[in-house]
Amino acid sequence: MANAMEIYQLLPKTNCKKCGKSSCMAFAAALLSREKNLDECTPMLEEEKYSENYTKLKGLVSPAEQASETGMIVHEDRCIGCGNCVVACPVNVAEDPKGAGSGNAPTNERVILKVEDGVVRLSNVEDCRRFGENKRLCSGCIVTCPTKAIEFV
Amino acid sequence: MEREYHVCTGCALLCDDIELREEENKTIIDSACRKGVAWIKNCQHPLECTVDAKDATPQDAIEKAAEILKNAKKPLIFGMGNSSLKAQEKAIELAKKTNACIDDTSSFCQGPIVEAILNDKIKSCTLDEVRDKADIIVYWGCDPSNSHPRHLSKFSYFPRGKMRQRGWEEDRTAIAIDVRKSDTAIICEDNFYQIPPKADAEFAMALTEALSGKVPKVTFGIKPKEILELANILKKAEFGVIFAGLGVVYSMHDLSPMENLLEALNKKTDFHLMPMVGQYNMRGFNHLLFDKTGYINRVSFEGENIDHGPQCSVVEVLKEKKADAALIMGSDPLSSLPGSIAANLKEIPTIVIDPCKTFTSQIADVTIPAAVTGVECKGEAIRMDGVEIELKQMKESDKMADADILEKIMEAI
Repeated sequence: MANAMEIYQLLPKTNCKKCGKSSCMAFAAALLSREKNLDECTPMLEEEKYSENYTKLKGLVSPAEQASETGMIVHEDRCIGCGNCVVACPVNVAEDPKGAGSGNAPTNERVILKVEDGVVRLSNVEDCRRFGENKRLCSGCIVTCPTKAIEFV
Repeated sequence: MEREYHVCTGCALLCDDIELREEENKTIIDSACRKGVAWIKNCQHPLECTVDAKDATPQDAIEKAAEILKNAKKPLIFGMGNSSLKAQEKAIELAKKTNACIDDTSSFCQGPIVEAILNDKIKSCTLDEVRDKADIIVYWGCDPSNSHPRHLSKFSYFPRGKMRQRGWEEDRTAIAIDVRKSDTAIICEDNFYQIPPKADAEFAMALTEALSGKVPKVTFGIKPKEILELANILKKAEFGVIFAGLGVVYSMHDLSPMENLLEALNKKTDFHLMPMVGQYNMRGFNHLLFDKTGYINRVSFEGENIDHGPQCSVVEVLKEKKADAALIMGSDPLSSLPGSIAANLKEIPTIVIDPCKTFTSQIADVTIPAAVTGVECKGEAIRMDGVEIELKQMKESDKMADADILEKIMEAI
């Protein structure tokens, strides 16, 4: 996933405020957090000179559109279903210590990460520590992923 | 509701918590890794029953296979790593009956370690003990994150075990020793020791010296202080385990540096070694043959006599063109052996028993499709740690089990 500076470099950088943000940099940050979507930058849609950058930006921000409410993206092409994240997730450990928290199949439906068809899936997303206003930047699932298949935006 | 669990035969971990469920007319496999799912969902190109590359009935193919083996003076029976224990037992009986050479993939992979364990030269343990007790885990010359994807999460590093309740962050230390920074080495973070190729013996000897209080020296870029620090971590283990991969086996002339290291470690603490077996029942074949002959592989039967040694290995037998027929079961020597050696299979009548088409099946005179054990038929297998596991059937199939095919071939002979 791109960072805010990479996104900013491709925006018009005119600070026209048509998107409702005070600057193009603020719009870049809003795009990254999915508060805004790219088409709200009307100059990019309307002016021919930005069409190439628009295409590039579309490619950069489209992965974020797949993200869950917590901003989690699972890159299925990289996920090998090892289940490290499932065991390392503190919520899974608390909700299912003898199942998912011990490396086994989940024994109840309260877990938030589980492996289905060889790929990790998120459920009960509201229980993730990264959910909501009082979110904590928990990183158990990211740091234990050997293939860097999990990302938060 | 009681859950029904199955065993995945995708690798030698034999994960026993796999669940199947139907959703919108599709079967969803829960808890298996991607490797396991690919295995369970079966091959894209199933093997067809053929004789001389023409479609045949299973009965005709079995009769032709029996004829080939009966007419051969010195057949070769090879493979069995992906076969049930019962099929492996039948293959050994068939080898006796036909005066054949019998060998498996352990001949050029983890054989030396399994042999050392069965001969009590190396102390080993079970994966359940690792999960419950291990605090120091060394991944040496292996990358289980790719070869055995659930190794770290189900058995070795991440799970909470009986004596390791505080989790991987506090209770366990993972160490990687490898020639490259593998995905597993990334998980081990600072405890990664990069050594050059073929330096495993030198590093093991340096560690042994460090454990006995000497200043260790190596000819590559790891400083004595770093080796002493690693030795200190190892000797403080309550229950340590080294998972040895092909990197260790291929780089050491013999296993004595590793045996010496284990001996030195066990003077101070409790340390074990386990081979990272690939095929789901390779170790099963080694155990069975060891029980019957005292050798784990590379055996030639001449009536009641048994010959054993490198001359009976699949590589030497094919290279020296000693075999006049071959039965390949659940293996693909044309993919795994050097092309110049495996190509000699083309010159002799070859029978392939496998669920899927392989390179070897394409040059075979007789091909007989078999059910995948643990998926399309039940059976038993021995896990990479030597524990016998029962395999249930997951789905219906009209294919014969590999053991039944061998039984019928023996009857026809």
